[in-house]
Amino acid sequence: MTTRWFGAPVQRVEDDRLLRGKGRFTDDIGGALECCFVRSPYAHARVQSIDVSAAREMPGVVAVYTAADLPFGAIDLPLLIPHPNLTHGRTQRCLASEVVRYAGEAVAFVIAETRYLAEDAAELVQVEYEALPVVITPEAAALAEHLVHQDVPGNVAAEMQQVVGDVDAALANAPRRKHLRLRFERGAASPMEARAVWASWSSEERKLTVYDSTQSPTSIRGGLAVLFGLPESSVEVIAPDVGGGFGPKIMLFYPDELLVPFAAMQLGRPVKWTEDRQEHFTAVNQERGQVHEVDVGFDAEGRVLALSDDFIHDGGAYTPYGIILPIITAAQIPGPYRLPSYRVRFRDLYTNATPTSPYRGAGRPHACFVMERTLDAIASDLNLDRIEVRRRNMIRANDFPYDVGVAWQDGNTVVYDSGNYPELLDRALALLGPKPAGDNVGMGIAVYVEGTGVGPYEGAHVQVLVSGKVIAATGIPSQGQAHATVWAQVVADELGVDVEDVEITSGDTRRFPWGVGTFASRGAVTAGNAMHVAARMVAGKAKAIAADHLEANPDDLELAGGRVFVKGSPDKGMPLGAVAVLSNPVRYAFGGGTEAATQFTGRSRPGPPLHDGEQPGLEATGYYSPPGSTWASGCHAAYVRVDAKTFRLEILKYVVVHDCGRVINPLVLQGQIEGGVAQGIGGAFYERLAYDEDGQLRNGSFMEFLMPYATEIPAIEIDHIETPSPLNPLGVKGAGEAGVIPVGAVLASAIEDAMHVPITEMPLSPLKLYELSMLKT
Amino acid sequence: MNVNGVEHPAPIDPRRLLADHLRHDLGLTGTHVGCEHGVCGCCTVLLDGEPVRSCLMLGVQAEGHEITTIEGLARDGEPLHPVQQAFHECHGLQCGFCTPGFVMSVVGLLARHPQPTAQQIEEGIAGNLCRCTGYASIRRAVSRAVELRAK
Amino acid sequence: MPRRRDARDLKPPPFQYHTPATVHEACSLLGSLEDAKVLAGGQSLIPLLNFRLARPKHLVDINGIAALDRIYERDGGVAVQALVRQAAVEDSEVVARICPLLSSAITLVAHRVIRNRGTVCGSLAHADPASELPAVLLALGGRVVARSARGERTIAADQFFVGVFETALAPDELLVEAWFPASRQPSLILEESRRHGDFALAGVVRADDRLALFGVAPTPVLADPRDPARGLEPSGDLEATPDFRLHLVRVLADKAFAA
Repeated sequence: MTTRWFGAPVQRVEDDRLLRGKGRFTDDIGGALECCFVRSPYAHARVQSIDVSAAREMPGVVAVYTAADLPFGAIDLPLLIPHPNLTHGRTQRCLASEVVRYAGEAVAFVIAETRYLAEDAAELVQVEYEALPVVITPEAAALAEHLVHQDVPGNVAAEMQQVVGDVDAALANAPRRKHLRLRFERGAASPMEARAVWASWSSEERKLTVYDSTQSPTSIRGGLAVLFGLPESSVEVIAPDVGGGFGPKIMLFYPDELLVPFAAMQLGRPVKWTEDRQEHFTAVNQERGQVHEVDVGFDAEGRVLALSDDFIHDGGAYTPYGIILPIITAAQIPGPYRLPSYRVRFRDLYTNATPTSPYRGAGRPHACFVMERTLDAIASDLNLDRIEVRRRNMIRANDFPYDVGVAWQDGNTVVYDSGNYPELLDRALALLGPKPAGDNVGMGIAVYVEGTGVGPYEGAHVQVLVSGKVIAATGIPSQGQAHATVWAQVVADELGVDVEDVEITSGDTRRFPWGVGTFASRGAVTAGNAMHVAARMVAGKAKAIAADHLEANPDDLELAGGRVFVKGSPDKGMPLGAVAVLSNPVRYAFGGGTEAATQFTGRSRPGPPLHDGEQPGLEATGYYSPPGSTWASGCHAAYVRVDAKTFRLEILKYVVVHDCGRVINPLVLQGQIEGGVAQGIGGAFYERLAYDEDGQLRNGSFMEFLMPYATEIPAIEIDHIETPSPLNPLGVKGAGEAGVIPVGAVLASAIEDAMHVPITEMPLSPLKLYELSMLKT
Repeated sequence: MNVNGVEHPAPIDPRRLLADHLRHDLGLTGTHVGCEHGVCGCCTVLLDGEPVRSCLMLGVQAEGHEITTIEGLARDGEPLHPVQQAFHECHGLQCGFCTPGFVMSVVGLLARHPQPTAQQIEEGIAGNLCRCTGYASIRRAVSRAVELRAK
Repeated sequence: MPRRRDARDLKPPPFQYHTPATVHEACSLLGSLEDAKVLAGGQSLIPLLNFRLARPKHLVDINGIAALDRIYERDGGVAVQALVRQAAVEDSEVVARICPLLSSAITLVAHRVIRNRGTVCGSLAHADPASELPAVLLALGGRVVARSARGERTIAADQFFVGVFETALAPDELLVEAWFPASRQPSLILEESRRHGDFALAGVVRADDRLALFGVAPTPVLADPRDPARGLEPSGDLEATPDFRLHLVRVLADKAFAA
């Protein structure tokens, strides 16, 4: 294939409208009634009564719904990914009417002419609660003195154990052993756009149109059709511009995703709900709370002989997303290292906090933290160099494919497809350079792998218009990843057109109704390859049609410069737009090239215009279904300084060497990594969700939940290696989550090195470092 | 109030925030609302040439003032404003939600410091949150905007 | 930010809106209205309205009052009127010349975009215990001028700040001017905050041999440079325990007086 666009730092095609303020985010769509939720102020309570009468009577209020008003009020919302080990899966109801299990759980839904009036009316809704005991930390959940769900013994939603090798024997025989207790607290994705849903019902056309800031419009469409008893052809779901996602904009379903369309159908008027920042902090899924108990056995050279990890995962009040998170953690703990024997057990526990589901990194930051902290502990125990310990345990470049032997999120076992981890380490150290002089300076390093591009599949439709322009669509939506640019690069290469002439639509079921969603660093792998497959089909079709017209062999034709022509004879050919005209037997069209397409040229084939098996239009639909995940990898390293008195953290240098296979667009990739690292720094030193013992989130605003500004994020130096994935035609691996994964491990390692205090938890803060330093003295 | 050169009446309801008035009454949806408590900066607009938070002003307070929103920087069909162009060239935006606020803040910064130092750039963009870029490309975009303005 | 348990609001509740054209008019409104709040820069008040944590019946918006936005030399110091934006003080040559301490302290107040709208007098009247300007006023021994329908009075800084978000202003009084004495070298402000522009975990202002602390008590307080933490009982929060605050304030005071 030609590689003119693939690999080039193409500037984004999305930018112009976004820069002019002409983006179209869900809340930008007007003409709708506005709404607001009444949410539980209690983390755990029995709902004794709900009185909405005063709210209903308030001028400007159109409707107020409670569970009793909903035909689906008594059904549990779907459990997205069931699993045999999820023996006690529980999901919430659209509106709680009996028990609320986290502060922020929706109880009533108020619709008014404006959001201002809806908020006024929500204050008039009287809900009486009987407070119940609150279970807020995973440790408390494990103790099970109180239950989150009365019918779930021990608060255990799921338990799973996997064993590779004879761990007990290996531990018993290991020359040295160590135990570590490692803890990660909850954090939040906090995209700059909170969530929003807009819906309209046309009774004339029997058509429900929903705009939703979701990461999975195709699945929302399917669910709504089933719930409302409509054929899928009567439901369209569009994810327009979405202001960041990072995971939690996919849950299937959030209550609003049902209530807003329902209300629009009931009221016969468009309805819009726009989440505000305050409710986003409690109503949107969170992640990262885990506590690990690690036992490691190793030899005198620092080689790991056995690793056993028993961890608990803070699942939150419900398990709408199944147990994907702890499964990923369990699978990703070994990372780039050989573990001759490995045992991992987890329990996914209910707590009275917002449910959890993947947030960028999705179980991996914790996994990387566990493995890298363990290796640092081994190095410290043996007084060995931390880098050397990593080298001695690392999977080598000729070990691929490498079977880890544990379960992966797609149901297969973890098999690394390709990589070169020692090279990552070497390059990172070279980039990092010598340690800066001065006191209280520390070096940190972490190496990680990331399973990306999970299935089951994505598809794409590619069509050449008679203008010669190309339109292409896929089911998965974008939240800022530059999909429209990178997919256009893939399509442009196959069709030999300019990238500017390819217009991508994503996440609009009207244009492409099949697909899964944007998550798990899978857009480039799954939809990217689907684009490639579909565009290649179109190219083949173009060659076949043009060959017939040019009286040439299709194999002798090539596509370039917007034309199809005989290789070596650019004059003997035709514009792609003319081929598009020829592809439609009606053969009417405006625009250049149509003369060549008339049936009166005498060059038409015998037989009917459309032969058996042929389809009109220069278009094709293609799908790509990966045989397994592609495994990206990387190494981050940093120098930090910790002020000995104020415990302020200064990141002196931060380097990244990254391998995501073949790079489609280095400019976009750089942005993904820089953004990921910044999010990682936030999660490691600034952001944490702090719940009090009553289950109240104490820092649910941007004043208190400390997302870093530019002043807190250093420049990041990036280098790449490319080990193509053998699993897909483009050789690509996912890159979306990579930046965030090892940051906690790197900073922990660096701060430990700087301060000589053991770091066993995330996130950190000046206060935490002060307390650790006090313990030391 | 004058918004992007056009006179508009102030909102009738005094509690309506300027951000909501611009977005939902005047249809200028390029100004985004990210937190409604003045931290994120997505709603930044120019008030008589100075960047301010439109979520921390009542719409009625803009009466008698000139407001410039992101839509007012480059008219339809016109080339991008140098700051917008620089964000494009430097991949200074991903999801684009915080972008209008950043652009308006940087327009204000460069009006005050046409040749900003590294520290002035840092502080000039430090009142806006971005969750996608990690700010590196935004820093590059500000430097690029300085070059483009000089041309 | 005070907590409320039933979080669902980010739009202001209804209020009556008043736009006096003169200080006199403003004072008579404040004197006659029940439950009125003065709206100046709004950078603290409007977030409280949006969260519905403040629910005044009346808002008296003083932004339309003419000739209330002057910075001028007075009594050897600098007077800052009620509608002077923090950004104007930041850029003021008069302030830089007479009270450079105030110039440098201003840059620690939030971010420029906030300072473009926020006022110095509003920051003093809001009296956030962790904010910089009240401590600067206290360290310098400055004062404020309060006006009401009853007349005008001057309140010294050490009498003005009486509690958390609480001042000596009566409900019918408008803070029309703050007066900062000239700052003499050495004078400086140091603070520790989590992010650039955040409220301080703890901070110190040194004005010659005087030391004021902020973020460690319900109000800014004067302290003995040799034992700055004596008698303090700071509150704790997520980012700083009382103990850490005392530690920080000692570290910062040492640094301020070592300079």
